[in-house]
Amino acid sequence: MSRIRLAGATRAAIVIGALALFPFLVGQQWVQIGVLTLMYAGLATAWNLVGGYAGYVSLGHVAFFGVGAYAVAVAFTRWFSIGGGYRPFYVLPLIGIGVALVSVPIGWIAFRTRAATFAIVTLTLLFVVQQLAFNLHSLTQGSLGILLPQPSFPNSEYEQPFYYAMLGLLVLGLLVSRWVATSKLGLTLFAIRDDEDRARGLGERVTLAKLMAFALSTGLAGMIGAVWAYHLGQIYPQFAVDPLITIGMVLMVYLGGKGSLWGPVLGALILVPAQQELAYDYGSSELYLIAYAGVFLAVMLVMPRGILPSLTEQWRRRSARSRPTRPSQRAEEPATS
Amino acid sequence: MHLFVQACILGLLTGGVYALMASGLTLAFGIMRVINVAQGALIVLGAFLSYTLFTRFQIDPFVGVFVIAPAMFVLGVCLQLAFLRVLREGEREELSLLVTWAIALGIEGVLSYVYDTTYRSTNTGYANRSWDVGGFLFPEVRVFAFALSIGIIALLYVVLARTRFGRSVRATVQNPVSARLLGVDAARVSAIGFGLSAATAAAAGAVFGIVFSFNPGSHYDLISRLLTIIVLGGLGSLGGAVLAALFMGTAEAVFQVEISPTWSPLTFFVLLIAILLVRPQGLFGVAARGSA
Repeated sequence: MSRIRLAGATRAAIVIGALALFPFLVGQQWVQIGVLTLMYAGLATAWNLVGGYAGYVSLGHVAFFGVGAYAVAVAFTRWFSIGGGYRPFYVLPLIGIGVALVSVPIGWIAFRTRAATFAIVTLTLLFVVQQLAFNLHSLTQGSLGILLPQPSFPNSEYEQPFYYAMLGLLVLGLLVSRWVATSKLGLTLFAIRDDEDRARGLGERVTLAKLMAFALSTGLAGMIGAVWAYHLGQIYPQFAVDPLITIGMVLMVYLGGKGSLWGPVLGALILVPAQQELAYDYGSSELYLIAYAGVFLAVMLVMPRGILPSLTEQWRRRSARSRPTRPSQRAEEPATS
Repeated sequence: MHLFVQACILGLLTGGVYALMASGLTLAFGIMRVINVAQGALIVLGAFLSYTLFTRFQIDPFVGVFVIAPAMFVLGVCLQLAFLRVLREGEREELSLLVTWAIALGIEGVLSYVYDTTYRSTNTGYANRSWDVGGFLFPEVRVFAFALSIGIIALLYVVLARTRFGRSVRATVQNPVSARLLGVDAARVSAIGFGLSAATAAAAGAVFGIVFSFNPGSHYDLISRLLTIIVLGGLGSLGGAVLAALFMGTAEAVFQVEISPTWSPLTFFVLLIAILLVRPQGLFGVAARGSA
């Protein structure tokens, strides 16, 4: 067991270390793509807590991302000065906790439904928050959007603070996921994914578990949204609560491997640079949309279970063949591969 | 009071069109356990096709329906065969959401490429004419649109209730496994069912294009309303969807005049939340183990 844990920690250190070194090796435009990649990796990891662990497909996570974005935008145009430029990063924990608290009553209503209905209810949440951003004019300036003050970072390293903020949030997301997957909460969530009625019948407090996963997940999404807003410098309702962001994180989780620790990160590392490449090649949004839809369909049809689970399965089968006397240990650690 | 009644009239007429849109969506769910997020995009596609028929060839949208609906029936069958049939049964409900979302993005992309993203509407000669009945206005287009919608829904109902095909559809909705055991060709029923769903989208799109202005991105707005309607009506229930659509259409129009036009788009969602608090399975849905 400890060998597995050591291997996992080594793997994590190598990946995170490589990601931390990345900005030292490349130019600013690549770091900018890195910011986006880490943002989606973080979002996908956050989504995985609900969608992957508990099996509840939420299509409304971008609503909480948008709430976080608007929280930082409103706070730093209205109540606080931006100071040296690092202040928005210091309030991230507050934003995370705030968004998580807001999400609890919403989750409580949404979790009264299951499967497809849950997906639909959360999807409508996205439109509600977008409409609120349009309509609460005195707070959000509606369709005019909010222009955030520009930080005073030096040009040659302008992207770095955002990059490391996103990396920090991703690491936080991974630690939370790891903790959840190995805790009692994780076991309850897996039980819910497999058979919720039985889990409830056996006395598990399923609603509490779902709400905890939801709050952790939305809090992370909110913090990532806050960094995104500050990075972009301006936010509008239709971009802060964009259905494409919601579907982006879901797609990455499916591509990498739903319910696994590293799957969402892998999905983002593959898809976001590809997405940027498509956007760069096709510029105009129509062809980009078509290409994106094509990639999307290919992922869903060819590999609905995701890259990591498929590879792990293959590897296990092969090792099982070479050591036929040992019983298969497939069910031992479903969520930490 | 006069304003209230007028709002009810307009809302009910709009609700009829929503009912047509939602009937296809709920039918597809009932037969295949597929949530078709692309229904909104298919409706917008129908609207654009009818717009083109009208501006290029001067074909009236109400006549054009008879060209577009069969064409989109074929498109629907093709989409089902290409993308939905391959999904494995246990994961179909979940994966269909994403696959059809991708289809919606594809349709949106193609439409913005062919047309652009400016708002249009099919401007027929009678688009702004209304009948005046006892001081209340009945816009002609909306009455025609309502009549067409109700006509198609009635046709759909007759097909489902009276034909052999309809019987196999109902059997599949009730219990897919025993339907297959009793010799229902599930693949054929699913393909035709999805085709029918796309055809209703085409018809709804044609009338939608006269009553409202639209652009390729309009499908998000549509699908969010339609999904709310079918959840409210109970997933898979045709009658429920029709009633929910009429109810929602009226409620939104009344909110618009009685409360505020800027906030009325939230009507659907507020009602959905209110009803989910009381009945998580929707108004006419049946609570099922593991789903609902």
